[in-house]
Amino acid sequence: MTETTEKCSVPAVGITGITKRFGDVVAVDNIDLSIADGEFFALLGPSGCGKTTTLRMIGGLDFPTEGSLRIFGDEVGTLPPNKRPVNTVFQNYALFPHMNVLENVGFGLKMQKVNKSDIAARSRQALDMVQLGHLAERRPTQLSGGQQQRVALARALVNEPKVLLLDEPLGALDLKLRQEMQLELKTLQRELGITFVFVTHDQEEALTMSDRIAVMDSGKLLQVAEPEAIYERPANRFVADFIGNTNLLEGTVADSTTVVLANGSRVEASSDHAAGTKVAVSLRPERAYCHEVGGAPSAHSTIDGKIRGTTYLGNAVVYRVALDWMELDVREENRPGMAKFEQWQEVTVSWDPSAVAVVAD
Amino acid sequence: MVSTQAAQAEQTSVESAEQATVEFEAKAIRQASRRGFLMALPAYGYLVLFFAIPLMIVVVYSFATRTSSGGTALSGWNLDAYRKLGEPIVRDILFRSIWIALLTTVLCLIIAYPFSYYLATRSERVRNVLLVFVMIPFWSNFLVRNYAWRVLLGNDGPVSQVTSAIGLGETRILFTPLAVIIGLVYGFLPFMILPLYAAIERIDWRLVEASRDLYASGFESFRRVVLPLSMPGVVAGSILVFVPSLGAYVTPEILGGAKTTLLGSYVVVQFLTARNWPVGASLSFVLMSVMLVTTLIYFRSGGRTL
Repeated sequence: MTETTEKCSVPAVGITGITKRFGDVVAVDNIDLSIADGEFFALLGPSGCGKTTTLRMIGGLDFPTEGSLRIFGDEVGTLPPNKRPVNTVFQNYALFPHMNVLENVGFGLKMQKVNKSDIAARSRQALDMVQLGHLAERRPTQLSGGQQQRVALARALVNEPKVLLLDEPLGALDLKLRQEMQLELKTLQRELGITFVFVTHDQEEALTMSDRIAVMDSGKLLQVAEPEAIYERPANRFVADFIGNTNLLEGTVADSTTVVLANGSRVEASSDHAAGTKVAVSLRPERAYCHEVGGAPSAHSTIDGKIRGTTYLGNAVVYRVALDWMELDVREENRPGMAKFEQWQEVTVSWDPSAVAVVAD
Repeated sequence: MVSTQAAQAEQTSVESAEQATVEFEAKAIRQASRRGFLMALPAYGYLVLFFAIPLMIVVVYSFATRTSSGGTALSGWNLDAYRKLGEPIVRDILFRSIWIALLTTVLCLIIAYPFSYYLATRSERVRNVLLVFVMIPFWSNFLVRNYAWRVLLGNDGPVSQVTSAIGLGETRILFTPLAVIIGLVYGFLPFMILPLYAAIERIDWRLVEASRDLYASGFESFRRVVLPLSMPGVVAGSILVFVPSLGAYVTPEILGGAKTTLLGSYVVVQFLTARNWPVGASLSFVLMSVMLVTTLIYFRSGGRTL
């Protein structure tokens, strides 16, 4: 189920059969993961799925109960964090409140016994890189959230780690700033060529920023793939539901090209599940269209229903369509000439059969 | 009254209405502060009656004259009592007291820090149990506990028996400065542990993780992150131990014997035996000033570090 694309013979991070138990709780359950050199890699999942524990194990803040953890080929599973060539940008930044910004940034170098003049020069350089050179003498508490996050970034990057770990790096920022920082992080990563591994529960952030995404739930790795593959070809129901919005139409596989939906209607949907498997057809709201009854293109699969509600989003309108047995969301982009529907109007919902994915549990 | 106010407000121009609002607000603030003062009145009364007035009496007496019969004449104000504090005998006692109080503080710090650190890093349940252990000594009388040390440290007490059993010979600790220091450390240790524990417990542990991630060894991480961030606790604990140690009376009396007179005992002697109230008063006042200055230094530094 985990499709690993090895771009480089020695992965930046190689995880084999790692399990982490806290007492009776299995936080991470026997995962295999290979992160290539120079990759921007996301660990995505709901809270408590084990993504942060996985990141902490790479950083050395937690130790795996079982399994092997390699960084550029070297086994590091039992090494303390100060013996690993990785640095972390912590959630809520964890800046030292008793040091000024420059001292914070220089801390790692000082601990590595770099000589004083180099520490000063490199720290300044790192601060300039995140455009905070002018705040070097400030205390972290005097900075805004966005500035603190940049300091945390500079403090990690100044050490030139082989892998940079980021734990929900943008979680505490407001939307506008978050989008800015997403772009900046991405640019920075490209320029530096360092492997970034970041943890997020925000699927949009993961899709925007990453080269590859690992979706986790309940300590298990569900799918590892490029953002497009994750979105277009989710490995199972959880991934389909967690990434973006989708309508899950319950049904049973009839044959390799047909699914019988819960109301008995047959729709075209190709899958490699055995006949009789309980599945869901994942239909993304933006892949579906609303028409006057009978107005759907003939090549499309269709379902009839009634408009139950309308949500105006500005750039789009989402119609909630009530079927006899469930409700569907259909998203119509707000282009000139967009068809409009009234409350309780009878409509036909249609979609291109190739635009759906069939997922099992 | 409200209705007339409202009527006036309607009649007046915008400008004077604003003026009225300002006055109205000022009145509300005045009323609130008066209410606050009323609530604090019993506390103020207590402080004035049992602290400020007695303190003034002490200050007044320190400038008074000792009569030849051992009484105190509230006339002929002078600085004789303060001059007497410069005499070698008093100076020796002062230095000895400071020295013993400092040593007690340092020892308490050395013993309490690792324990507080351990305490602060335990689970909630273990922590509560250990905290109760720290408090248990308070449940028995301070005097009784000091007499217990007298038994323990006596020439044929358990400590001495142990040392002679393992061939180190009898120990003579009782009635030495060492006995006083042991007693003081024992008595004031909880006052060091509690603020230290509170300070260490408050430290954000992610900062320690961050330092470890930034190549600090366990020791460096302690030195550069935990220790500086626990300084408020170190300072608070040190003052809570140093100040009462400096003026300690019971422990030095019971464990110190005749040769280790400390400030507390000396003050008592001045009042009761020597019947020189002015000197006792001046010494008390100086002692209190030293404590006050120390405490002020703490609040200053506490405000600065965090």
